[in-house]
Amino acid sequence: MIAAFFDSIPAMIVLTGVLVGISGALLGSFLVLRGNAMLTDAISHSIVFGIIVVWLLTRQLAGPVQLIGAAAAGVLTVVLSEALARSKLVKMDAAIGLVFPALFAAGVILIALYARDVHIHVDTVLLGEIGFVWLHTVTLWGVDVPVSVVTLGAVLAINLGFVLVLWKELKLASFDPGLAAALGFLPGVLHYALLTLTSVTAVAAFDAVGAILFIAFVIVPPATAYLLTRRLWLMVVLAVALSVAACVAGYALARHWNVSIAGMMASMTGVWFVLALLFAPRRGLVSQALRARARRRDHDCRALVAHLFTHQNSPQMAEENTLRALIDHLGWPEPRARAAILRAHDRALVERRAGLLTLRPKGVAEAEAIFGRRGA
Amino acid sequence: MLAELISSQLVRTVVLGAALLGAIAGMLGAFAVLRRQSLLGDALAHAALPGVCLGFLIAGARDLGSIMAGAFFTGALAALAMMAITRTTRLKTDAALGIVLSVFFAVGVVLLTYLQGVGGAASAGLASFLFGQAAAILASDLWIMGGVGLAALALVLALWKEFKLVSFDADFARAQGLPVTALEATLTVMVALAIVVGLQLVGVVLMVALLIAPAAAARQWTDRLGVMVALSAAIGALSGAGGALVSATTRGLATGPVVVLIATAAVLVSLMLAPGRGLIWQALAARRARARITEARILRAMQELAQAHGDARYPSEQGMLAASLGQPPDPRNFAALERRGLIRAVPHPPETTRHWELTTQGHDAAAAPDAERGR
Repeated sequence: MIAAFFDSIPAMIVLTGVLVGISGALLGSFLVLRGNAMLTDAISHSIVFGIIVVWLLTRQLAGPVQLIGAAAAGVLTVVLSEALARSKLVKMDAAIGLVFPALFAAGVILIALYARDVHIHVDTVLLGEIGFVWLHTVTLWGVDVPVSVVTLGAVLAINLGFVLVLWKELKLASFDPGLAAALGFLPGVLHYALLTLTSVTAVAAFDAVGAILFIAFVIVPPATAYLLTRRLWLMVVLAVALSVAACVAGYALARHWNVSIAGMMASMTGVWFVLALLFAPRRGLVSQALRARARRRDHDCRALVAHLFTHQNSPQMAEENTLRALIDHLGWPEPRARAAILRAHDRALVERRAGLLTLRPKGVAEAEAIFGRRGA
Repeated sequence: MLAELISSQLVRTVVLGAALLGAIAGMLGAFAVLRRQSLLGDALAHAALPGVCLGFLIAGARDLGSIMAGAFFTGALAALAMMAITRTTRLKTDAALGIVLSVFFAVGVVLLTYLQGVGGAASAGLASFLFGQAAAILASDLWIMGGVGLAALALVLALWKEFKLVSFDADFARAQGLPVTALEATLTVMVALAIVVGLQLVGVVLMVALLIAPAAAARQWTDRLGVMVALSAAIGALSGAGGALVSATTRGLATGPVVVLIATAAVLVSLMLAPGRGLIWQALAARRARARITEARILRAMQELAQAHGDARYPSEQGMLAASLGQPPDPRNFAALERRGLIRAVPHPPETTRHWELTTQGHDAAAAPDAERGR
């Protein structure tokens, strides 16, 4: 049963994606909250440099040495960018944009010059080969398990342990770095620990999803979850769930259309994001628009009531308390005026008496509330 | 070797194209860097990939015009998406950049693999848009690139004052009644244009460096916008041409990475050497300031000794002076003071170590240590 699961190619591909997704979402939640999301971009590009340098030195494409060595390049990017920004010669955003393309370009050139025959191909760097993860396996307790699954599983365990053990510290350092520093939680150390783990995860995920699609797995599900909730634990759980869903749906669609599996999985995280952006309860664009419309309608009702109240029982009543007056004097388009009258009628605020709009008791009460019981 | 290269029609086209691209990207990147929007270029460049595929899909061939149009379309779409995300949600700019960059690129990868699946050989060249392939450039492409470059140059010259104000003080520009949002949108669109021009030579992944690096290098040498933009364009053009030449001489070397490394080298040199701002200059200035302070302290210590002994020409021993300042004696400090005529060496037999006395100017300088330090 277990062996059958690990023999199934689709199951292994989806499992690889899910492991990348969960690892990325765990760390990404804090990176997004801390405003460090673009450091992921820098890290994931520059590990290419780390991977090729480690390969040139040790001729190893997998294993702990490669994992740590390549991850060091990711951390190096962050350190260099921050040092450059601290020198005040360039701003932080330009510093990031200077360091990682340079390392990435150096990596690509080294691959082209020295490593054209090994499986680090320039296209792999960008696209990953999640469809072939089942080709390289190791035997664990008598079961053949893909190497990527083992590596990513170990990385996931580390990330999970990190997040669970340092939950309180991460939470505090993300929302109030000043207080965290004052309480002696060493936010700087935490910052680098988080980025080191991001680098390690990027290297582990490199074979499967490549350097750039990894960014989608780290940033997009947490950002989507951020739109849906204000609670940190729920955000992390939602981000993980969205990642898993993106991997499963992405795999199915990729098989259906015969396109890049990793690309489709990453695209699905984007689909979830767009859906959340539009339909998130209360903060989504649709619900924002609905709320704005409701507010506009309420306002029209109140304006109508106020207008009628002002002229009620005055000599101008015959002229003012009509549909015509709303159009001519308030400058409302006719459909808007008609809709406002209908709505006010439905709310039992006004009635039509002898061809004139007249306030009902509830309407009078509302008008008095608006004018602060003037004259009462 | 070089003459042979230059005489080749293909190499001439490539070098000219790369120089043109470097100049355009350098010019427009200067504004992006000043407005702290460097990474927007990265997001827009990655977002051009689906556009490249769409252009190919619609034209049905590797037609540069429609590919550029497609890339421009998705780049603009990405800029709009960025704006929508940062304006309507609580997400910060960096998250919005990351989302736009990775999702657009992912869609691009999906389209690319789809095209490779159905298009076969015709679409094989599309992957070269990832890292750029200068050899694929045609002489006719130069006209498109030149046209875009001229249009960008004309726009920058026409709106120079407005762009300058928006880059340095957008709030003031708004208070002056300038259409700041429209101007910022124009600058963003122009960055997208530069990216589109660079796709074929540098590719979507590294295009950001060609926007940032020349501008960051140029910024070190000047405080004037006009000089910076011109210098940035020049550095971009040189990096482009140099990168194209190098990659033309080595088989299998994509143009983009080489151009990027050359531009980065220009940044490193500028960071080190730029007069006034550069790191070497900073280090020299710091050392000079330290020496000035030490010298002022020596003068004051000597004056205190002279006053304590009631002898304006009291000979102070060099080692003792240094020890009283809490640092090892550095003969250079004393030599500098002697050169400026503030102290004078005096013999003090039977001791053989060096002794110094204050001159009249030395007494004046010691009495006004701040003036001395400010020299």
